[in-house]
Amino acid sequence: MSIDRRKFLKGTATAGVAAAAGFPHIWIKNASLAYAAGGEIKVGVLYSLTGTTAIIETSLNHATIMAIEEINAAGGINGMKVVPVIEDPASDPATFAEKARRLVVGEKCVSVFGSYTSASRKAVLPVFEKYHNLYWYPTLYEGRECSTNVMYTGAVPNQQQKDLIPWLVKNFGKKFYLIGSNYIYPKEENNVCKILLKQLGGQVVGEEYVPLGHSEFSAVINKFKETQPNVIFSTVVGDSVVALHRQYKAAGLDPKKMPMASLTTSEDEVAAMGGEFAAGHFTSAPYFMSYDSPENHRFVEAFKKRWGKDKTTNFVSEPAYFQVHLFKQAVAKLGKGSITPPEVRKAAWGQEYKAPEGLVKIDPKNSHTYLWPKIGEWQTSGQAKIIEESKEWVEPLPYWAYPGQVCTPDGMVEKKS
Amino acid sequence: MSSIIPQISVGLSIASILLLIALGLAIIYGTMGVINLAHGDFVMLGAYTVWFLQKQFAMNLITTLPFVFLFVGAVGWLAERSLIRHLYQRPLDTILATWGLGVIMQQAIRLSAGAELRYVKMPGFLINPVHFLGYEDSAYRIFIFALAVALLVATYLLIYKTEFGLRMRAITQNRDISRCFGINAGRVYALTFAYGAGLAGIAGALVSPLKSVAPDMGTSYVVDAFLVVVLGGVHSLLGTVASSYVIGQADAVLASWSDDTIAKAVVFLGVVVLIRLFPQGLFAVRVRRS
Repeated sequence: MSIDRRKFLKGTATAGVAAAAGFPHIWIKNASLAYAAGGEIKVGVLYSLTGTTAIIETSLNHATIMAIEEINAAGGINGMKVVPVIEDPASDPATFAEKARRLVVGEKCVSVFGSYTSASRKAVLPVFEKYHNLYWYPTLYEGRECSTNVMYTGAVPNQQQKDLIPWLVKNFGKKFYLIGSNYIYPKEENNVCKILLKQLGGQVVGEEYVPLGHSEFSAVINKFKETQPNVIFSTVVGDSVVALHRQYKAAGLDPKKMPMASLTTSEDEVAAMGGEFAAGHFTSAPYFMSYDSPENHRFVEAFKKRWGKDKTTNFVSEPAYFQVHLFKQAVAKLGKGSITPPEVRKAAWGQEYKAPEGLVKIDPKNSHTYLWPKIGEWQTSGQAKIIEESKEWVEPLPYWAYPGQVCTPDGMVEKKS
Repeated sequence: MSSIIPQISVGLSIASILLLIALGLAIIYGTMGVINLAHGDFVMLGAYTVWFLQKQFAMNLITTLPFVFLFVGAVGWLAERSLIRHLYQRPLDTILATWGLGVIMQQAIRLSAGAELRYVKMPGFLINPVHFLGYEDSAYRIFIFALAVALLVATYLLIYKTEFGLRMRAITQNRDISRCFGINAGRVYALTFAYGAGLAGIAGALVSPLKSVAPDMGTSYVVDAFLVVVLGGVHSLLGTVASSYVIGQADAVLASWSDDTIAKAVVFLGVVVLIRLFPQGLFAVRVRRS
């Protein structure tokens, strides 16, 4: 039986009109197929479970799921269950954007928790800005961003370095060698480090960037021996951390005289390199697994019980955990009909929660989080001994290194001065 | 620019690691003309085998080496028998097939051992540095250099001084005539592939305490290995040695003069230029291809 053109056109037109009439949300933006339909609150969980960054992002997924389960076990949010919709973007930023779109448009999640790398965050940003949704980003990053559709619960450079650099100068000396992986995060962190060093009268004897995933550091170590810095400020990430530490020790360098201070070495990298290669080096972060607080003990035990007793928690999985609780507190303030991403964002401002690292608060000015920086010295056991901790929480200033710019609730604003 | 000895030391160290990894590929590509894109994953397999043996039986790295050679060699033998054997006259298909094999191996490791970075223990007596000529260097790197030389000598003896090596060389020069002489080409190919894979496994085992162990560590190694083999000249063992030294030393000098990112880029550029000038590689050997 053949269909002629006229019949075909008529048929499609009728079908199209019927679809548009029957499903108004196709063409009416924000028509309420409500976010909290049927007593359930859908949230997206967007961490890579496969691919190169799966190693760390799986722990973020686990922390998020554990927090959601805790919330549901305690009765949900105002009686409504939180339903996680889990996607695996496979460590590829383009896939991140695609899955984010699916979560925001298809699944109508009221918020999405996700991302480890800045590349993946930048890739999903347009999705959240176009559909006015909310992204909760738990990873420490380079700052210099102020999106009105993101809640940032990871540390920014001023929080990580404000105490670390003066402490290093005081205890070891003023000559610094900066080594990082070749992308934006190390470059911005080194920028902040140089500003702080200049204020303290310090000196940068070398600044170098190696390709991502690079593992041959013999030339770099030779340069350390030549220039004899007092501190090696390291912002290499991933495999490079392990290779650098092992080759440092194999070459006979001494962490008592030339320690490596980093912002990115966590319990996971230390486990991979072996405790004896990490011993004597330092990391600055708001959270360490060995931190002695009742909330942290409870968190670590619950994590091990849920996911395996050889699992570790780190300074990215802890914010991934507490940001879900902050989300819950924000949504609990809202009436059932007004649970939308912009309302959640406003309700989250000023929320405080007793996280494993200490009491944290979301800053209403810039949607970043007040955190408690700590300095840990790695031990051969694979855990960090916390030798300095901040007496009070530190305000997040994402544009600290750029005095002409400031983050406001409506986005980044250039200060006219 | 600093003094000579550290430069040479770093250059030799990088060169010896390159040589270890490229030696197996040189054998496979040289003898059989098989472009084995899974070579890096054999290296990775060797590293994981050591990790597994250390975890289960707390073995010292050095005692694991024979097991690694045998195990990865066996995997290589299996791959050749089941897959590569059917594709000898089809180089493009070999590329695709070995790439697929590599992906399968990576994912198999990821599913069984997990995607986390793994820890391989350096032998205790090699952790501390040694002093020589007023310079201090890692004892482990010297160990790698020594072992690379030893494996090179062993391979040379195998190829030029044994009956099996004679058969291998005969098949390389002209396969069909060799078969007329009663040489079992299939078996020689399988054992050659297994030997190359075994060498790759040992390379992975030796490199793992110095770097890190992850399922995707092989990808960068296979690129380096091909650079070395193609630059050196496909059928020449001497060529492989020469080009690993050239690339390693160039990398060391450039990295000390500027930084590692630039060094990598310039070395690639240099290899491109050299290949343009010497299309058959630095040490070209003529063979008749059937």
